[in-house]
Amino acid sequence: MKRRDFLALGALAALRPQPAAATTGYPAAQPGTRLVFPRDHGAHPEFRTEWWYLTGQLADGAGRGYGFQVTFFRSRPRVAEDNPSRFAARQLVLAHAALADAARGQLLHDQRAARAVFDLAGTDLGTTRAWIGDWRLERAGDGYAAQVAARDFRLDLRCAVTQPVLLQGDDGYSRKGPGARQASHYYSLPQLAVSGRVGIGPAPTEVTGRAWLDHEWSSEIMAPGAVGWDWLGINLDDGGALMAFVMRDAAGAPLWAAATLRDAAGRRTAFPPADVRFTPRRQWRSPRTGARYPVAVEVGVGTRRFAIEPWFDDQELDARASTGTIYWEGAVRVSEDGRPCGSGYLELTGYAAPLAL
Amino acid sequence: MTATALQPIRIGVASTLFRGAFAQQRLRGLLGIGAIALGVALGYAVQLINAAAVNELTLSARTLGGTADLEVLGPRTGFDEALYPLLARRPEIAVASPVVEVEARLPGRDEALRIVGVDVLAAARLDPGWAAATADRFDVFRSDALLLSPAAAGAFGVTTGGTLALQSGLAVLPLRVAGVLTTDGAQRFAVMDIAAVQQAFGHLGRLSRIDLRVVPGTSVAALRDELARTLPPGVVVQPPEDSRDASADLTRSYRVNLNVLALMALFTGGLLVFSTQALSIVRRRAQFALLRVIGVTRRRIVAGLVAEGAAIGAAGSLLGLVAGHALALAVLRFVGADLGSGYFRGVVPALRIEAATAALFFVLGVAAAVAGAWLPAREAVRTPPALALKAGDAERAFERLVSVWPGAVLLAAGIGAAWLPPVDGLPLFGYGAIALLLFGTLVLMPRCAHLLLHAVPPPRSPAPGLALAQLRGAPGQATVSLAAIVASVSLMVSMAIMVSSFRSSVDAWLGELLPADLYFRAAGVGDSGLLSAADQARIAALPGVQRAEFQREDQIQWRVGQPRVALLARTLDPAQPQKSLPFVEPPRPLRADAPPPLWVSEAMVDVHGVAVGSEIELPLAGRSHRFTVAGVWRDYSRPRGTLVIERSRYVALTGDSSATNGALWLAADATPAAVRERLARELPGGEQLDIGTAGDIRRTSLRIFDRTFAVTYALELAAMVIGLVGLSSSFAALVLARRREFGMLRHIGMTRGEIRAMLATEGALVSGVGLVAGIVLGGAISLILIHVVNRQSFHWGMDLAVPWAALGAFAAIVLALSVFTAVVAGRHATSGDAVRAVRDDW
Repeated sequence: MKRRDFLALGALAALRPQPAAATTGYPAAQPGTRLVFPRDHGAHPEFRTEWWYLTGQLADGAGRGYGFQVTFFRSRPRVAEDNPSRFAARQLVLAHAALADAARGQLLHDQRAARAVFDLAGTDLGTTRAWIGDWRLERAGDGYAAQVAARDFRLDLRCAVTQPVLLQGDDGYSRKGPGARQASHYYSLPQLAVSGRVGIGPAPTEVTGRAWLDHEWSSEIMAPGAVGWDWLGINLDDGGALMAFVMRDAAGAPLWAAATLRDAAGRRTAFPPADVRFTPRRQWRSPRTGARYPVAVEVGVGTRRFAIEPWFDDQELDARASTGTIYWEGAVRVSEDGRPCGSGYLELTGYAAPLAL
Repeated sequence: MTATALQPIRIGVASTLFRGAFAQQRLRGLLGIGAIALGVALGYAVQLINAAAVNELTLSARTLGGTADLEVLGPRTGFDEALYPLLARRPEIAVASPVVEVEARLPGRDEALRIVGVDVLAAARLDPGWAAATADRFDVFRSDALLLSPAAAGAFGVTTGGTLALQSGLAVLPLRVAGVLTTDGAQRFAVMDIAAVQQAFGHLGRLSRIDLRVVPGTSVAALRDELARTLPPGVVVQPPEDSRDASADLTRSYRVNLNVLALMALFTGGLLVFSTQALSIVRRRAQFALLRVIGVTRRRIVAGLVAEGAAIGAAGSLLGLVAGHALALAVLRFVGADLGSGYFRGVVPALRIEAATAALFFVLGVAAAVAGAWLPAREAVRTPPALALKAGDAERAFERLVSVWPGAVLLAAGIGAAWLPPVDGLPLFGYGAIALLLFGTLVLMPRCAHLLLHAVPPPRSPAPGLALAQLRGAPGQATVSLAAIVASVSLMVSMAIMVSSFRSSVDAWLGELLPADLYFRAAGVGDSGLLSAADQARIAALPGVQRAEFQREDQIQWRVGQPRVALLARTLDPAQPQKSLPFVEPPRPLRADAPPPLWVSEAMVDVHGVAVGSEIELPLAGRSHRFTVAGVWRDYSRPRGTLVIERSRYVALTGDSSATNGALWLAADATPAAVRERLARELPGGEQLDIGTAGDIRRTSLRIFDRTFAVTYALELAAMVIGLVGLSSSFAALVLARRREFGMLRHIGMTRGEIRAMLATEGALVSGVGLVAGIVLGGAISLILIHVVNRQSFHWGMDLAVPWAALGAFAAIVLALSVFTAVVAGRHATSGDAVRAVRDDW
């Protein structure tokens, strides 16, 4: 990886959960806070960390499949806030884009990082709008638009909202660990109907597909002792949606877990830690980093069992040369009782090294 | 016996003869080697040091700037940051990285640290040669965090977690060393967050530079042209190489001058080889004739003699390369990559062996020696052997050198070349003129000697009379000694006159420039020291201060791709600017309706073609303002050009009321020491001020002047020693060669004392002739050095000041040494038996 990735991911890594001492001066996510839209589609700059995470699966006219990820992070480093300079790094915006090309079994990715100055990069209040130069993700009409001109590929996608907001956790208050401070405000928009263009090389391809948007803001996520997490966001073929995550300690044991399942009829069920289980079914060892990822897992939510299989194994993002941050973020297909039932994204962090900074 | 059978014997005889002859000439051979070595060493060292400096500049540009396609630059004080978003938004620009640069002084030290304030997130996209390694990723954004290059951390003895204090205004900022960068190179610098630098060093709202990388497929040239049209006045866009070349160019004139000195040393060496070989060949004429009689071809004799010269050249060159490398190392360690000229700071480059350069100087050294040997060798084999075998033939060897026209043509060409303009900013024709004058004089020397000797009235007593007659009758051999003495005396004299003129002009200039009692700068080095308006008011109100004047210094981008020129905003009376500035000619008053006055240094006229009386546009704070060029003044401290405007006007046009330095006139009852003490004590941060009396500054300036010319002085001394030793040894050889003559003279009744007197007179006459010619030639060369070489290299004038006393002493030493050598040699030559001396050759 090139040196420049270091700084980008260096700042990115800082978005990841921090030790408790570093969170002073930030507001904590409070239970009982009612999320109000469209206001809460916008940024919450007083919080330490915020992200809009758009993932999904696409196919072109010939049936060639792509997985994609467009993520914007906002970060408040709480340094130099009293510096009168217009360049003072009061807010940082970072973006990550990846394209999984199923036909070639190849993951392309790129990233951007900038301080929110002179309107060259930023996040808006009141509605979803995050941008760095010509990379942007915004709420447009009754949907979202994402545009990314990456090093090796281009994305120009429109995502129509087809379902109401799915509040995660306790009406959008999502616990992340045993301590009350380890929590976020978190909602998702599953089953987004995607249309647009994907460009690898000079000529863009028209694509359609299905996506999932997460919007989450917090000041502290990782509990003491946590080394990483497994996360899953699945659009079920029947119109339902499943989100599940587990926070792991150094021994791999769950420190905290949660899941939300919304069925085709729109009935939402939130599951407590005891009802959520991630069971590795197959490991993949990265030939580059040596890290072993449980790329195929069985996720138990309540009484249901979902089998998760990656589109292809190598969807690792290696930033070891700079920060030592290595993680796996990949397109997956889902089956229940041997029958395909959905597709989505699996995120595996803290496997190469503890994610704690 | 057949010719083939004779061959080994011949070769044996020939080599024995060569070797024997060479052994006799050991001292002079060593001198030749020494002179060649000196020239090679100097030239090679200058090239090595420069290559190291340029390499370091390239590396540091790459390390700091990364792979930018273009950079947007403004004055040293910066330009409006609003330009940044305008550029960053352009679709053809992929990356725009804003930069604020400051040279921050370390309090209490005569050192400054280059601080590069960047947006790390934007700078990182240009792949710079550094990467930050800090424990906390957000640390680089903190306002007190400093990331040091390894060289800077080493030089200032701090590591991660330590504190480095830096001066800002008159305050001292303790900055935290948040990490040490991973970079190569010896450049001392620090990286800081751009917002932190803007706040800490008073640069809010301003940028020094914007590095740009264009979107692939965009024409850099087209973008550059378009940006150049839209940028505000005083802001330019250029490829990053231009800035680097401009920094490297700063020392170019100085380097070229040193290289010319190196060539002169090589020339002196070649001349010494010439005189050594010429005399040794003359003495071996009979041997060579014998060789030719036994069948050795002319070609082989010439080849053998040239090989002798080549051997001297090779030995000298090798020695010179080793010495040059050592010299370069020593200079880099103790003086700096700018050769003591003060052009680069904070650069301690690493030295590499430059094979091509080494080969070039080796070849030059050998060539000088071969040329020195080839001329007399060709001469030696021209004469038919039968003639050469006769005694007394030696004098014939030099007859061919006596010819008037070539010398006259060379002199005329030299005088003509002195009037030609510089080539690519270098006084190439000036150097050419010096070489032509030198060669012309050397070629004309026999004729000159003839004229001068015939102008000497014949003395009454027989010994001096004989001496004169001897020289008049057989000037040829003496001519060889004369060539050496004329070359070394003229070079020595010309340098002495030039340096003396320069020094006395600088001295006089300092007197005019420093009319006040006390001078002070907010910081002795760097650009982080500033006096606020409040500081200035406090200084003016100090007891004992009768009047205070302040000055703001900036550097503005006058032309694209060129180093910045200095802009001084100074308190002065526009009706009487000559009270504050040393004008070359009295300034003329302006028309009532003319734009306000601006006074330029000589370099602005020479380099940028600014004419007195013309109107020019001056970019100030992003706007163009019209000024009238009201006069030309002399500025020895800034060879790239200086503009002076009234400070009140500068403040009105820019809103910048800070000052970098100032001058105080004291009340009658105040002493400089007391006011100085008060300044340091009563002004907040006053201890940071660099304060000096006019006398202090004058002494310091002259010390810097002398240090800058240290290399020149050393070379001058070396050239003089070589010249004198060469002169004395060639004279001694001449005298020894005339043993037979002395024997004869004693036979006809002359005493040894009289012979010595005769020799002393000969010595005095030869060196007298050499001195007269050398001093006249040296005077002419000094005029070229002053009015052509210096003017075209450094763009400043100076007034002629001949160091008569020093020249007189030098002439006396040369005379005394020649007389002494002649007498000592004479003592040897006349010590033996007169009969045997005469018998020698019969």
